[in-house]
Amino acid sequence: MTLEIIKPGLATSVQDLGRPGYFHLGIPEGGAMDRLALRAANLLVGNDEGAAGLEAVFMGPEIKFGAEMSVAVTGADIPMMLDGDPRETWTSFTVKPGQVLSFGFLKAGARLYIAVSGGIATEPALGSRSTYPIGALGGFEGRAVAAGDAIPVGTGAVVAEGRSVPLALRRRPGTPAVLRVLTGLYWHRLTEKSQKAFFDDAWVVAPEADRMGYRFRGGTPMEFVDRPQPFGAGSDPSNIVDGCYSYGSIQVPGGLEPIVLHRDAVSGGGYFTLGAVISADMDLIGQLQPNTPVTFKRVKMDEALAARAARKTMLADIRQALA
Amino acid sequence: MKTRYSYGGDEHIYVEIDDEMSLDAFFICLSLSKLVRAANIPGVTEICPANASFEVRFDPDVIAPDAIMAKIKELEHEAEAQEKRLETRIIEIPVFYEDPWTHETLMRFRERHQDPSGSDLEYAAKINGYDSVAAFIEAHHSQPWFVSMVGFVSGLPFLYQLVERDKQLEVPKYLRPRTDTPKLTVGYGGCFSCIYSVRGAGGYQMFGITPMPIYDPEQKTSYLSDFMVFFRPGDIVKWKPIDRTDYDRIVKEVEAGTYAPRIAEVKFDLDAFNADMTGFNAKLMEALNDA
Repeated sequence: MTLEIIKPGLATSVQDLGRPGYFHLGIPEGGAMDRLALRAANLLVGNDEGAAGLEAVFMGPEIKFGAEMSVAVTGADIPMMLDGDPRETWTSFTVKPGQVLSFGFLKAGARLYIAVSGGIATEPALGSRSTYPIGALGGFEGRAVAAGDAIPVGTGAVVAEGRSVPLALRRRPGTPAVLRVLTGLYWHRLTEKSQKAFFDDAWVVAPEADRMGYRFRGGTPMEFVDRPQPFGAGSDPSNIVDGCYSYGSIQVPGGLEPIVLHRDAVSGGGYFTLGAVISADMDLIGQLQPNTPVTFKRVKMDEALAARAARKTMLADIRQALA
Repeated sequence: MKTRYSYGGDEHIYVEIDDEMSLDAFFICLSLSKLVRAANIPGVTEICPANASFEVRFDPDVIAPDAIMAKIKELEHEAEAQEKRLETRIIEIPVFYEDPWTHETLMRFRERHQDPSGSDLEYAAKINGYDSVAAFIEAHHSQPWFVSMVGFVSGLPFLYQLVERDKQLEVPKYLRPRTDTPKLTVGYGGCFSCIYSVRGAGGYQMFGITPMPIYDPEQKTSYLSDFMVFFRPGDIVKWKPIDRTDYDRIVKEVEAGTYAPRIAEVKFDLDAFNADMTGFNAKLMEALNDA
């Protein structure tokens, strides 16, 4: 069984929940940018939550199905047609061999997740099917899918049509999108004025926003506390002796444009980081389009953990709704 | 050492042994990260050592952030007391300095560089007080290097030269990172050399290129058949300057599966090294020549 890619869309790739355990060698965890959306898509078609699906960004691919199977698309808000007939996102439907799924123009959000019953069945690499294109690892030949690819699908039972995730359980970024941040790491490098400005300023998502990291612009250039640069760091005040980067950590090369590292993060480097976006808000970043207004909100650890617990409750509610 | 602990969001602990680079900081960082691993703390999912810092990833649903922070701090004194010795290997890495591919790339990104009028090597030679590029290249490859971190992207090594601090070469990173770097570029930023394992973005100055792959996800390269990543922290590297003819020959040998990097097993002892750097390095290079 296969999915035939007629039109690939933009950087559409095979993703599951990632391959933790190799970041110490520079191979990131990877996996779906919006994990809750991938989990929901899998649950809709009766898969394990961690099965591999397709992640498409900003525009949908065109896909021809090689067999009867259940399909669900979650994540971004985008019109969708099966052989020209509209279908609902966040809702399961059944396809027949030879039918074609196509998409209209994106309305909201940034990434869509396409799950099929049985899951995408490419060969796992280091324990995961997630595509890491920089390292030519995983997914379909280690790269984004291309026209003419026949993507293998596992065997899975067809489920009922019309299973749907309740509206209240579809998480979307607001306007402006608010990303909660725990300060730390090299936060002390910034002057008090710049520390305050980072949270007060109105930012927008820059065009350079991908699986490796999201860049933001529009805020005030940052000022650093004066110091002689430590040996080995490099001469720019934003340089440090190359260290590890956390997922979600916020680096600001030259003090100009903050970059939040995401699932395909580089594992380390020589720029200071001012803190990290909390784990509960990482999925939201995956749904931000360029030019979306964003503010960063400072939180404390207990708030970060409460937000994390709220996300778990939301996932439990989705599981229950689809049980 | 001025060890500093911080949270990196709600899933990471960041430990900076020192804000400046030294082999002492590297060894404490290695010892402490090994002790954390050996302690088998529930909830720890990954430990990433770096040059003078390391990071621990944990699951806050299993262990509270302050509890894991306290556990790591408890191990600090033990780590500082450990002997700074390592059973490791020295590897000869061929480098084609001033190659045509990195030259083409550095010309393409000249407006992002501190000195748009020259090459990266000309700039590096000048700011480090060398009369010529040739003399700078000689300083780069005459003494061995220590792999103090593996990361950034797939298996990329950061290397620190085994010489006194006043002989260390230092260059800034590009003013704005490039969007392209040829695969296997030998780069330089701060006091670190690196080898770009894959093609992609980068901010380090570009000095040359090696014909020897160091990352192979398909594991077809003969010496990467066991694991796709070549380097590990603690490896010692000796650059060997090569010309275009050598470069082309090695590329063919790698493709044919007949290339075997020259490697010797060695012991590294930081105290012995600090007592006599030149003598210690001579012994390391002797072991390599005997291999």
